[in-house]
Amino acid sequence: MEQHIESHIIQSSDDEFIINVGPQHPSTHGVLHLQLKLDGEKIVDLRPFLGYIHRGIEKMSESLTYKQFIYLTSRMDYLSAHINNQACCLVIEKGLQTEVPERAKVIRTLMAELTRLASHQLWWGSTGLDMGAVSPFFYAFREREMILEIFEETCGSRLTMNYCVPGGVMNDIHPDFVRKVKQLIKQFRENIHEYDELLTGNPIFQSRTQGIGYLSKEDAIALSCSGPVARASGISCDVRKKNPYDAYDRVSFDEIIATEGDCFARYRVRLEEMKQSMNIIEQLIDNIPTGEYRTKIKGIIKLPVGEYYQRVETARGELGVYLVSDGSNKPYRIKFRTPNFSNLGALKPMSLGGKIGDLVAIMASLDLIIPDIDR
Amino acid sequence: MDVIQKQFDDFPGEVYQDKSGHSSIIITQIDRFANWARSNSLWPLIFGTSCCAIEMMSAASAKYDWSRFGFEVARASPRQADLIIVAGTITLKMAPVLKRLYDQMPEPKYVIAMGACNITGGPFMLHSYSVVNGIDKIVPVDVYIPGCPPRPEALLHGMIKLQEKIKNTKAYVIEKPKK
Repeated sequence: MEQHIESHIIQSSDDEFIINVGPQHPSTHGVLHLQLKLDGEKIVDLRPFLGYIHRGIEKMSESLTYKQFIYLTSRMDYLSAHINNQACCLVIEKGLQTEVPERAKVIRTLMAELTRLASHQLWWGSTGLDMGAVSPFFYAFREREMILEIFEETCGSRLTMNYCVPGGVMNDIHPDFVRKVKQLIKQFRENIHEYDELLTGNPIFQSRTQGIGYLSKEDAIALSCSGPVARASGISCDVRKKNPYDAYDRVSFDEIIATEGDCFARYRVRLEEMKQSMNIIEQLIDNIPTGEYRTKIKGIIKLPVGEYYQRVETARGELGVYLVSDGSNKPYRIKFRTPNFSNLGALKPMSLGGKIGDLVAIMASLDLIIPDIDR
Repeated sequence: MDVIQKQFDDFPGEVYQDKSGHSSIIITQIDRFANWARSNSLWPLIFGTSCCAIEMMSAASAKYDWSRFGFEVARASPRQADLIIVAGTITLKMAPVLKRLYDQMPEPKYVIAMGACNITGGPFMLHSYSVVNGIDKIVPVDVYIPGCPPRPEALLHGMIKLQEKIKNTKAYVIEKPKK
């Protein structure tokens, strides 16, 4: 047993020393614990330690009914809470073989894109904070608060909305929804040049991110990275394009792909994705179909015996929900394939050989959410 | 020197008198001054583990702007903090870290439990095997803020309540000399 533990701890020689980053550290965006072996300023070895926010969501889901476990998943990746709920609802609907009304599909897609916008805005603000620029944080929260207001009017909550239910959405959209979304898009389109002026064109920011944290295409595939991290390395992996769900098959948008594979490429991919999200919202907001927003589903859901899988694109990459049903009213087993866990694997090849100061830039460009890793 | 506490109807504070009858009213004014200074410059420690941390960031942003009340100097080190806002679930693995951070903070120190997870375990109270059901089992909590996650206004309300609590306590405790 002792040997087993020792093999997990990095051994150091005389020239090198070991430092621990986290679990309480502002640049890890949560409670990630990294052990670094340094030679001067150079990172020689890196090992992440997980489990500081392991809440046992997968195991808990086995003791909750199908309608109950959905709300737990919004605590997993809380910045794309709605998309997590959407994935769970889609997998249950797949099992029940129910058809969701067109109106609900469009509302879900609109909400998912608004969630992606809010998430990327927060990422943009916190990236600025990590690089030592404080003002981007306030600019990012200006539009983000508008989105949260829209959520609050329709869903009743700001962050963990629980708006998706199997068969549709919880309730109809607020009468002001369309007007406020249009106003948001108008204002955001007017203001997005400030994002470029504040960070993208900043020489200090560019020199801290360009050429830093390179991830090759082969490594990204081998580590099964997804989302903006993989797309910045030249991999086309957008689930919205590859495997369209809800209303994504009726909208046209570009999949943003960069080939540089450094921190700046990941930054640009996310910034362009915000514009694509606005495109999707603009296409859908004027043609929300009329009709029911939810199909009636029995109070107690019992899925037929079998295995079901559904993947969606969250703000950070591909989320897969694998559900095994034994015919009872509770899932037999649930496994979440979360994007952040796979993207964390890319941290080591990105930062080895680099300076310790660059680690902060790499962590910011990965946009990790720790509860999504530990679950 | 023996001091005795005297009560006066027209004076709200505490008055201490020695045997010769000299009063030292100034002690109460020092209390009030120290509490005024302490309560209006609470420096919080950034301790966000999960969802509540995002609402804490919202409270720091321009719309809610907690610097109106003097909370804006958020510190990453416990050595420079007066207050720890525990925002997010505390699991069994994280609990020793929280205790250690609390012990590293200089006196006087205060704790705000933000969110349902920190009050009772919240959504993870019943079925989870790894969540601490309430951080008051680890550290003494001054203010509880319910919600999952609480709104930024709720956080501000909790912080103002903490200010009130600080204003109504003794800044310096005078130990009476033993006879």
